[in-house]
Amino acid sequence: MTDQPVLDVRGLVVRRDDLVAVRGVDIQVRAGQRVGLVGESGAGKSLTALAVMGLLQLGWTTEGQVLHDGVDLTRISDRAFSSRRGRTLSMIFQDPLSALNPTQRVGAQITGVVRRHTEASRDDARAQALELFTQMHLPRPEQMLRAYPHELSGGQRQRVMIAMAMACYPQLIIADEPTTALDVTVQKQVLRLLDAAVQDRGSALLLITHDLSVIAAMCDHVLVMYGGRVVEEGPVREVLRSPRHPYTKGLLESQPTLDNIELEGTARLPSIRGNVPSLHDMPTGCAFRTRCDRATAQCEVVPVLEGDASRAACWHPEPALSQAGRS
Amino acid sequence: MSAETHGVPIIAASGVCQEYKLARRTLLGRRERLAALQDVSFHAMPGEAVGVVGESGSGKSTLTRLLVGQERPTAGVMEHEGRDLWSLDRDGRQEFRRSVQVVLQNPRSSLDPRMRVGSSLLQPLRALHVEVDMAARVREVLEQVGLGTDVLSKYPHEFSGGQLQRIAIARALMPHPKVVIADEPVSALDVSIQAQVLNLLKDLVTELGLTLVLIAHDLSVVAYTTSRVAVMSGGRIVETGRPADLFHHPTAEATQALVDAVLTVENGLAGKALR
Repeated sequence: MTDQPVLDVRGLVVRRDDLVAVRGVDIQVRAGQRVGLVGESGAGKSLTALAVMGLLQLGWTTEGQVLHDGVDLTRISDRAFSSRRGRTLSMIFQDPLSALNPTQRVGAQITGVVRRHTEASRDDARAQALELFTQMHLPRPEQMLRAYPHELSGGQRQRVMIAMAMACYPQLIIADEPTTALDVTVQKQVLRLLDAAVQDRGSALLLITHDLSVIAAMCDHVLVMYGGRVVEEGPVREVLRSPRHPYTKGLLESQPTLDNIELEGTARLPSIRGNVPSLHDMPTGCAFRTRCDRATAQCEVVPVLEGDASRAACWHPEPALSQAGRS
Repeated sequence: MSAETHGVPIIAASGVCQEYKLARRTLLGRRERLAALQDVSFHAMPGEAVGVVGESGSGKSTLTRLLVGQERPTAGVMEHEGRDLWSLDRDGRQEFRRSVQVVLQNPRSSLDPRMRVGSSLLQPLRALHVEVDMAARVREVLEQVGLGTDVLSKYPHEFSGGQLQRIAIARALMPHPKVVIADEPVSALDVSIQAQVLNLLKDLVTELGLTLVLIAHDLSVVAYTTSRVAVMSGGRIVETGRPADLFHHPTAEATQALVDAVLTVENGLAGKALR
């Protein structure tokens, strides 16, 4: 395989009239790489994913380039795009119940994807679907193929979604909050299956989540988004061990985890003050400055991503670790 | 903590069962029953913060409905300050309603979108006929939850989720409750806001001497906020203990499963999160 990235997003802007939700985002995903995109509501992460998949709702427009498999996805026809979705790139959504067709048996939905993109006969496609269900550890896969989405549990539906996304060995899988709607105890199981499925196929993964622990479990590279921009980027180990942007740092510290809380103590969790800004009143300059303890007049100008091991868009970042364990 | 010494629980369930009739499968078929709670005993002492954790379907929400008196259990006794909740007279019932307030998961659906925040805050006082200086009470409560009086003339859609949850907490505090029952109060909020709201709940327990019952699926959220945790599974309480003990030495299978399910950044970086 060449060194060309599977996905190369350059200067992506997503807007609806005056509302700019994504403000110039660059993302590179190399073959087999697992990139995490983390952020809160309104950070622009889901719109970024939808823009890449060509699934934005009417009224939203994009600027910039989305290069994938030798083409700019923002410039190809709907028809050409349809022939790619599910084949060279596919997506797993947060809520499988609304992403699956409620009137069709799940088996038929999977064989539909396979037959659309390959020459497989009906029987071959069915055999493949069965194989996929078995890989996804769906109980009694033969019967499960004949089930309708509403007959399955949330975890089972999400496993069906993953099976469907994996069916044609795509180069890139985009998973948008794949476990957020699931029960905690099911989350790990589904992540494990996603992990194995991506591994087996050598696919690249772009995982979108609000949860840093999911990023730590699944990804090797991470981009932190805030207010429509990437504010920090780098290898997961670097960014999560020694975050340089005050937002990343605050996010890490404010999560109650079994490690950082003094159980039964009176200690308070460190928290980020203020509120997540809405698209309508996004601060100018660095969007985080209104909640940041380090903000100065300089922050009224948008900072650019800078750094070596990991890059942060901040005028007053944490110093990079001196020994900077490069890989 | 001092909670154990006070004697009478402020709110308690003893040997409570709750069954729901399911829809008929066939026209003349018998209606099957679903046992949502089976022989559950639970209590909270005055000033205590108690957590309830469990997967979805474990019976947490059913227990919430019983605790707030929204549903009557099919068996067992619900008590408020030692008195049977379901044999209270009119005044007793009124007093119970004032004394036990609830905060729900999604503040957007628990506040009336057509009502200004100010009116929403006054609703509990009006509905419960609480005689106080309303304006003073509103100011006091807003200060307790860290909001300014400028919120009063606004509508819910003008706020972010975190602010709305503060407003929902303020509304719960309005009639001077002794108990606040919070059902997943942070799971619909942004990560950077969750810590703020958890800190607020924790402060209210210490500063106002409130009793807090915190229901959540996330063990770490509950452990941070409460001093005693009940673990639910299959409609029963399978284990109760101090958070530290539950984490480090879980005995019930359900507790173990919840502890195992917790993903942490540290485990992830060490490459053992998915094991």
